[in-house]
Amino acid sequence: MIIAWTFDAILAIIVLAVAGWTIAARDTFAAVIGFVAYGLLLALVWVRLAAPDVALTEAAIGGGMTGVLLLVAVARLRAAQAAAAAETPGAALRLVAGGGCAVIAAALAASVLLLSDPAPTLAPAAAANLPQTGLGNPITGVLLAYRALDTLLEKVVLLLALLGVWSLAPDRLWGGLPGLKRHARGDDPLVFLARLLPPVGIVIGVYLLWVGADDPGGAFQGGAILAAMWILALMAGLIDAPPVSRRWLRLVLVAGPVVFFAIGLAGFPLAGAFLAYPEAYAKPLIIIIEVVLTLSIAAILGLLVAGPPERAPPPP
Amino acid sequence: MSATILFALGGSALVGLGLYGVIIHPEPLRKILAFNLLGSGVFLLFGVVARRGAAAGLAADPVPQAIVITGIIVAFAATALAVALLLRLFEETGRATLPTDPPPAAGAEP
Amino acid sequence: MSLALDIFTVLAVSAGAFFFLAGTVGLLRFPDALTRLHALTKADNLGLGLVVLGLLPLADGALGALKLIVVWLFVLLAGATVSQLLARVAQRVGPSR
Repeated sequence: MIIAWTFDAILAIIVLAVAGWTIAARDTFAAVIGFVAYGLLLALVWVRLAAPDVALTEAAIGGGMTGVLLLVAVARLRAAQAAAAAETPGAALRLVAGGGCAVIAAALAASVLLLSDPAPTLAPAAAANLPQTGLGNPITGVLLAYRALDTLLEKVVLLLALLGVWSLAPDRLWGGLPGLKRHARGDDPLVFLARLLPPVGIVIGVYLLWVGADDPGGAFQGGAILAAMWILALMAGLIDAPPVSRRWLRLVLVAGPVVFFAIGLAGFPLAGAFLAYPEAYAKPLIIIIEVVLTLSIAAILGLLVAGPPERAPPPP
Repeated sequence: MSATILFALGGSALVGLGLYGVIIHPEPLRKILAFNLLGSGVFLLFGVVARRGAAAGLAADPVPQAIVITGIIVAFAATALAVALLLRLFEETGRATLPTDPPPAAGAEP
Repeated sequence: MSLALDIFTVLAVSAGAFFFLAGTVGLLRFPDALTRLHALTKADNLGLGLVVLGLLPLADGALGALKLIVVWLFVLLAGATVSQLLARVAQRVGPSR
């Protein structure tokens, strides 16, 4: 017991130290690397908080995909960095800001220490109704059954963010190919990795989706791994991004929310409320929603990292 | 104090650290980084609340954990949009910081 | 029997941790990028292999042990690719840092 506490204490200190270094680093590239390391350490913290699903999501999306996004941005903004360094605020502003943030952090810490004991919890209600959905993982139950409306709206938010990213392309490039053209050199180790890893990664992504019904995993984690494999192949130059005006791409993107919404509407006649599942068909419906959701999530996450169109669309 | 409360204090410290980074750094990319730090600190507080709600044979309350999963993904989408905006700003103006407003010249329209 | 397995786990994980420490010392002390890469890849891969070896008795079933070994192979693959790419860049940039 004391060993576990020591491990947790050391982990918390290291996480805070890496976060402090991310804020204090002078070079933006070093700060982004620190952020990726911070994301992975945070995944360990989530495991210690008995949240393996959240740990998977944090490692895949919080650490991995955000890291790729920020590294691409740092590489592109390298030219402008020297000018930005001249605008650093003086010591007075730092002191005032530091004092204010310390007060806010102390207030949060005080409210945490004053949390009510015993803690109010929805765990008994979640566990009691889980057998009706046919699932074994309570988090998948919350995401796709109890709070399915939140998940549906989250998918819509993802689509809106993707639309926002696409709308940042110049008018003449609307509907074009996202990202710059990369060429695969034959002896590049990245090309070797991009040939070796995606088949295995796709199997792992599908496995994570399937096993999410009863064990830690689920649609979001599986979709993130599928998106990562697609981005790896893109970055190695093995495949080229599809033009964003392609109909099949847009179909894949909206299939997730549309199927989800349709099943939700079907809940009105079949079970009496929006997104209510009829008793006998709960698990097959949830599996259908999860499969289509995973494909949509993989496409959306990959396209968010690929960015707005930067090359003109090919003639149809 | 238990390890869970330790992580909660760490989460509060991360919120303060992230907020400080958002205020201090002039470059928007560092602000985006610090904003992600702030968000993950808030998620950590959610995780602590979930852990304290262990009951009925589950190791933690699943509802806050599901909310955190949703939050991580939406935070990533917001970061992607912010980075796309920043890159577009750089392409259009050639600088990666937001210009401070120049003082209005005498007689010029506000 | 289980006591012997526990001792084996502790010894192997400690040896792995020692190799990680050696790799980090090399990262901090070696003069330039290529020698640091050398220290990191050699020591960290061996360290992770020893840690995985030490955790094998604690894995649940043959499938769990297989997953651990697959994780080690993936880290080897990713680490080898990244160090090749880094070394290529370091060689091109020259020993300036």
